[in-house]
Amino acid sequence: MNTPLSWIKDYVPGLSCTPQEYSDRMTLSGTKVESYEELSKNLEKIVVGKVLSVEKHPDADKLTICQVDVGDHTVQIVTGAPNIHVGDSGMMVPVVLSGGKVAGGHDDGPRPEDGIRIKAGKLRGVESDGMMCSIEELGSDRNAYRDAPESGIYIFGEEMINEYDLKPGDDAIKALGMDDVVFDYEITSNRVDCYSVIGIAREAAATFDQKFVMPNIKSSGNSEDAHDYIKVRVEDPDLCPRYIARVVKNIRFAPSPEWLQKRLRNSGIRPINNLVDITNFVMEEFGQPMHAYDYDDLAGHEIVVKCAKDGDSFVTLDGQERKLDGRTLMINDAEKPVGIAGIMGGQNSMITDHVHTVLFEAANFNGVNIRRSAQKIGMRTDASSIFEKGLDPENALLAINRACELVEELQCGEVVGGMVDVYVGAEPQKRIAFEPERINALLGLDVSVEEMKKTFSKLELGFDESTNEVLVPSFRRDLECTADLAEEVLRFYGYDKIEDTLPVGESTNGRYPFKLLVDQAVREVAEFSGFSHAFTYAFESPKAFDKLLIPADSELRKAIVISNPLGEDFSIMRTQTLNAMMTALSLNYNRRNKDVMLYDMANIYLAKELPLKELPDEREQLTLGAYGQYADFYVMKGVVEEIFERLGLRDKIHYDKDCDRPYLHPGRKADVVYDGKVFGFLGEVHPDVSESYGFKEGVRVYVAVLDMPMLTELASFDRIYENIIKYPANIRDISMLVPKELPVGKLEDVIEEKGGHILDEYHLFDIYEGEQVAEGHKSVAYNLSFRAKDRTLTNEEVDAVMEKIIAGLRELGAELRS
Amino acid sequence: MNEQLKKITEEALSRIASCGTQAELNEVRVAYLGKKGEITQLMKGMKDLAPEERPAFGQMVNDLRTKVESAIDEAAAAIKRKDREKRFKEEEIDVTLPAKKMHIGHGHPCQRALDELERIFTGMGYEVVEGPEIEYQEYNFTKLNIPEGHPARDEQDTFYITDQILLRSQTSPVQARTMEKGKLPIRMISPGRVFRSDSIDATHSPSFHQVEGLAVDKHITMTDLKGTLTEFAKELFGPDTRTRFRPHHFNFTEPSAEMDVSCFKCHGKGCRFCKGEGWIEILGCGMVHPNVLEMCGIDSREYTGFAFGVGLERIALLKYEIDDMRLLYENDQRFLDQF
Repeated sequence: MNTPLSWIKDYVPGLSCTPQEYSDRMTLSGTKVESYEELSKNLEKIVVGKVLSVEKHPDADKLTICQVDVGDHTVQIVTGAPNIHVGDSGMMVPVVLSGGKVAGGHDDGPRPEDGIRIKAGKLRGVESDGMMCSIEELGSDRNAYRDAPESGIYIFGEEMINEYDLKPGDDAIKALGMDDVVFDYEITSNRVDCYSVIGIAREAAATFDQKFVMPNIKSSGNSEDAHDYIKVRVEDPDLCPRYIARVVKNIRFAPSPEWLQKRLRNSGIRPINNLVDITNFVMEEFGQPMHAYDYDDLAGHEIVVKCAKDGDSFVTLDGQERKLDGRTLMINDAEKPVGIAGIMGGQNSMITDHVHTVLFEAANFNGVNIRRSAQKIGMRTDASSIFEKGLDPENALLAINRACELVEELQCGEVVGGMVDVYVGAEPQKRIAFEPERINALLGLDVSVEEMKKTFSKLELGFDESTNEVLVPSFRRDLECTADLAEEVLRFYGYDKIEDTLPVGESTNGRYPFKLLVDQAVREVAEFSGFSHAFTYAFESPKAFDKLLIPADSELRKAIVISNPLGEDFSIMRTQTLNAMMTALSLNYNRRNKDVMLYDMANIYLAKELPLKELPDEREQLTLGAYGQYADFYVMKGVVEEIFERLGLRDKIHYDKDCDRPYLHPGRKADVVYDGKVFGFLGEVHPDVSESYGFKEGVRVYVAVLDMPMLTELASFDRIYENIIKYPANIRDISMLVPKELPVGKLEDVIEEKGGHILDEYHLFDIYEGEQVAEGHKSVAYNLSFRAKDRTLTNEEVDAVMEKIIAGLRELGAELRS
Repeated sequence: MNEQLKKITEEALSRIASCGTQAELNEVRVAYLGKKGEITQLMKGMKDLAPEERPAFGQMVNDLRTKVESAIDEAAAAIKRKDREKRFKEEEIDVTLPAKKMHIGHGHPCQRALDELERIFTGMGYEVVEGPEIEYQEYNFTKLNIPEGHPARDEQDTFYITDQILLRSQTSPVQARTMEKGKLPIRMISPGRVFRSDSIDATHSPSFHQVEGLAVDKHITMTDLKGTLTEFAKELFGPDTRTRFRPHHFNFTEPSAEMDVSCFKCHGKGCRFCKGEGWIEILGCGMVHPNVLEMCGIDSREYTGFAFGVGLERIALLKYEIDDMRLLYENDQRFLDQF
């Protein structure tokens, strides 16, 4: 909301402060000033000048030489403005005297931070002392000053000269209304009353302890009666508690007077004509949207407020056809709808230049319904965004009378006497029990009852001494309970004045749930293993499934769909994390980053049924992804095993290569199986998949995914120390030739099984295929270490076990090498 | 006799002095002190002397032996020293050659910021609690005093799945879930992912993270809120940090406030970083609205509470002076390597 300070001062005449003070204090009392702009910024020594004569420049076709009366003297100014012609005289223009400043250049481009200093000088050999200004040079534009020429010097119009009695030498900035400061407020949604100059003025008065002076609205209207012109019937008073109609005939369009144009202009609204300007003015002043209908277009001279029928359509005044439903409240005449209540009027009753008689509408609509309808129709207007916050029905009356008063003042038409006011009746007086001790208890303060009452009174809250209740005026829609009163007390006590304390009372333990401790441990392992933490989005495109070669009938495709997504790329909740990881890796690859290793810890969302009836299963996944010199299958496998170990899961992990993972290289993939259950998978990304993420053929990308809830369920940080065995180990090496396709895992199963409890540890120390190894075979060598807890093993014991192991290995087709 | 001893001494010392290696020295040791060494022989020859001469002679030979032994030890030590020096010289390495790093990975700035927040609040006795990201509208709105049809529902452009289920637009529903459990007093924080229908640009993301805080107990006051959050700001941004509370509006708190911290770049003087204001907006907070307490089954006449919500990305951007929010979700390795 943009409002000029001059307008606020009209209603708070005692207000006197610098813009910065105003900004600071209003912000601290709850009306947050986002920013403010001094319209006269960089405008110095700018006066009204009267052009006495215009002559041709001797040496330049496009330049003229003007003699300009600037009050106490006359200056010679050379100009190239296209709207100053040889022989012209008498025009009144803004002139910056030499040594003064203007805000910008003559086109509408960006303005220099410190303005432009104007110095006396020569133009093509002719002395020029000062400059006549265009509206752009004064820091404004033609939207605000509708009489400014498209190109050239701003020339003061008749009305302005007359209205301000302009004379050469007068302050041109003042005449143009630029001696003002415009404040941009952030108004919170609970304070619908502050979406108006009146509302902000009330707050300003309370903040600065000044008197608020409500505009005195004069009664208007001729001796006729509006009831003779129009009938109003409200069929749905719940949705329209109040509907006021007034009639203005003999409409005479004209530009608004300068004072009104200035108000609108400085509020960021373009002046149009008196009728439009009046409704805009009242909207700004009272925060009440009004609508004007061409009375002659209203069939039967009747207004009926009722809901549309499902499937009806209606053309709004922007020419768009709108689909309606049975809960959309419509303004109708005797035959047809003429407007969507509180949202937008209809093309069929729009005001045109030929209008004779106008029906003014100021109504109060149910906010919830307006919001719903605006959403349904897909059209949020300035009016609907105000109505949906729930206006004060009393405001409608003030606003329509203010508008009619202005119609008369501006001689915009003849106001018909009286009004048709269909009103369910004033709301009952809202009362809140006054409990000062509860207010103080909530705030942690000791504010006296007197001070609280003083605050209430400056906010125009009443007080009923007999019942000890605070009486809330109808414009304060937000005040409901003691906590609300506490905030009012605090706002004027000063949020900045309360002290810092810490809660006392029963102490509580700061702690993490076990899940987060597991997360932390896993993050540590991932990072120590070289992977960096990536943050990815939870929603993605359904195209991800195709890119990952996920079959059409896969469960993974049963993703939760967002009904109002930001676009297809963000339209489903992910059921897998590979797409996000591949996207992140691909971005790095495209930026030529070498050796990238990332991990992501985030949820997938698995619906129990679709459409969703209950909340889905949110399962956190650890996703590792890597390419580059440090990445290979066994690195991923290593990290997986480190994680299991860190979480106390020390049993053997099995790797099932026969897993169904279409996105992985068929020969380089495995499910991670622990305790008989699949905890995740790892492998090299299928080249078709990495290709669709932009990786070149031959670039190997590796991923591993683990299901965190499964890990968390089994994880434990409890450890029990086992004695370090002091008896020596009996170490044996074993070397064998095995069929190439036999996984070493099978050999290890035999080694473990046959090795029994005296097998302390074993490790593969050599694997080789190629020259010197028989075709179709590989050479594998293990180092086995045997040890007993309670004694030194004899060679005979170990020999016996070794024999069993060797026999077992032979069964697998191993040829032992000596 | 004396002459002979003297000669042996001189000879021995001179041979020792001429030794360059431990091996040469060993030869000398054997030649004099070995079983058949000269000095050993002298000792052995003592038996041929008259008994009265033996003590004096013995003494002299012993002295000689000690002298030679210590000369050999000294020489041995000197040779070892020399050998070491030679070796050190030979083995000198170029310490400026590249390190062999473990190429440890890096944390995400948001996670780093979250770790810090969690450290601060768990230190103050707050428990970390999580809640669902896909949430019932009832928890995201209704139980937070934002009834159906309320315009506040539009302020947080919410993604919907169905009429009843949505992507939570704030972490505040975890407040309601925690209060409903009925275990009092409550001091909790709840970090997590939230969603709003904002297009991606330098300051917006359709998905970001918040940390919700909630304390409910008897006698909790607005001054407690201010004290707690000021403490938090000092911990996070440094002990010189000042805070400013401004009135604001949230449906689920009353009174409500926004908290600014003094700009940690210019210390409040006003700079480009704080857009000349000297203050930087950090979070929203307030006293839990009595309607919210009551809806969650807590007697608002007996209990009060405060709540706050911090944007994690905002903290990360400020703390690490990151100028574009998109960087947080691109996961460029060169970006992550900095944290």
